[in-house]
Amino acid sequence: MGASMSETSAKTILYRVRRYDPARGAAPVWQDFSIPRVAGMTVLDGLWTIKETQDPSLAWRSSCRMGVCGSCGMLINGKPRLGCNTQVSELGADVVAVAPLPNFDIIRDLVPDLAPMFDSHVALKPYVIRDDADEQEHPTGEFGQSAHELEQYLQFSYCIKCGCCMAACPTYATDPVYSGPMPLAQAHRYNTDTRDGGFKARKVVLGGERGPWRCHFAGECSRVCPKGVDPAKAIQLMKRELVLDYLRLRKGHVPAPAVPKPKEIKRRPDIPDAPARTA
Amino acid sequence: MMRDQKLWTWHVAAGLVILVLLGLHMVVMHLDSIVKVPSLNPAGDEPIDWKNVTARGRMVFFAVTYVLLLGAALFHGLYGLRNILFELNPGPSVKKALSALVVIVGLGLFVLGSWAAVASFNLARSL
Amino acid sequence: MPRVQGLPNRLGIRGWVGGGRWGLERYLYTLHRVTGLGLLLYFLLHILVTTSRAFGPEAWERAMGAVSGGVFKIGEYLVFAAFAFHAVNGIRLVIVELGWGVGKPIEPVYPYRTSVDAQRFLAVGALLIAGIIAALGAADLFLLD
Repeated sequence: MGASMSETSAKTILYRVRRYDPARGAAPVWQDFSIPRVAGMTVLDGLWTIKETQDPSLAWRSSCRMGVCGSCGMLINGKPRLGCNTQVSELGADVVAVAPLPNFDIIRDLVPDLAPMFDSHVALKPYVIRDDADEQEHPTGEFGQSAHELEQYLQFSYCIKCGCCMAACPTYATDPVYSGPMPLAQAHRYNTDTRDGGFKARKVVLGGERGPWRCHFAGECSRVCPKGVDPAKAIQLMKRELVLDYLRLRKGHVPAPAVPKPKEIKRRPDIPDAPARTA
Repeated sequence: MMRDQKLWTWHVAAGLVILVLLGLHMVVMHLDSIVKVPSLNPAGDEPIDWKNVTARGRMVFFAVTYVLLLGAALFHGLYGLRNILFELNPGPSVKKALSALVVIVGLGLFVLGSWAAVASFNLARSL
Repeated sequence: MPRVQGLPNRLGIRGWVGGGRWGLERYLYTLHRVTGLGLLLYFLLHILVTTSRAFGPEAWERAMGAVSGGVFKIGEYLVFAAFAFHAVNGIRLVIVELGWGVGKPIEPVYPYRTSVDAQRFLAVGALLIAGIIAALGAADLFLLD
């Protein structure tokens, strides 16, 4: 075959995987696996090859294999990345070193315990908070939001909760009380959403030591985020909001009211009506 | 007990105050050969010579800004130290003790330094 | 969330210092801490030493005499250099941590241009200015005096 030197220069790739088995109780160790190097293979592909052909006991989390579910966050060659989103070739190395995301307890092999991250996330109320329950239960129209208002939080809504940012954060490395980039960026995502009225409720947590105050802009969270969410940006913008709030200079917003459907609009004759509500 | 939202705002404000006042202090004390301000080092030579120290010490501007700089720098530095130590995740009783220690040291040194600024102002004026 | 007993895996202080593959800003963060602690330590002693001026010229000369000499001169310069870095980097941090210079929220299109990229010119500028000030201080302390 007329394959070029660069393609066939290495037919195999060495995976160095961090193994830990709680049943054995011993400290984590590195284990080497040599697998075929296939053009276009991702780190996750290699893990599947290992599991299917060499060691079925290897454990990790993955699901969508296309960078949208956030399950396969791992430490790959020293940097937190998604296994499915990382091409072996982009690492530019002979060895693929795969370890579980740091700053989380290890459950087994490459599986981190993300529960503390989700606890912090829940504590910051990551949902639209409004006081018009009736409108929410029985909507009369959509909540009006301009394209400009959407732009203020859309970037931060792309978060897939993979935990890579938490693994990269130097503060979270020593301080489990610090909420971390993901919960804080998501708090900002909801604070800036004009449909939301929960700034005061979230301020109970944000004003204290679980707030953004221990972020010192190392920026690693944004550098490693696989979805370009830029949590560092969200956190600095949120600090400005909170400082302005302390100085009583913050311009809050009233949660966007429902915009009723315009009455003059007539349905096109060839489009049938929607089926009747069943509830 | 002020919450971090407020403490951090003051930390930043103090930093800006220090930037101006400590910057001035550094120009007078350490860049005197490059930026010569004769009124602040009238005896020439070293800025730490007694004559220069009293020349500055007798000015109201210096007495006031020394106290301002002292307060701002103590707050800024000790809040920073407390922050670094808290990020190492000590237990709640250690945190309380650290907070108290930082406040005591800060207030203590502020009182001492302010007294020294006022006392040396009076001493310089009497010479 | 169900609780599992896992093996602790925090990076600890190693996470402050990094260790390869980390960006400039992470190292500036660590250096800002180190210079801050150094300046604080010096400052606390400085208050005690300079209090002597309230007791007259002899007390002052004694105090100054106790802190002069080779090692102290180098230490004095290190304090000045630490101040140069901490102050100028501090200006960058005030700007950035109040949400300026980090860019507006945008639709992320790969390759992502993050807030870190947006403020990079401030970080480089800060290092250059701090370097110039440190050099001026060195000239004043070691050459021109």
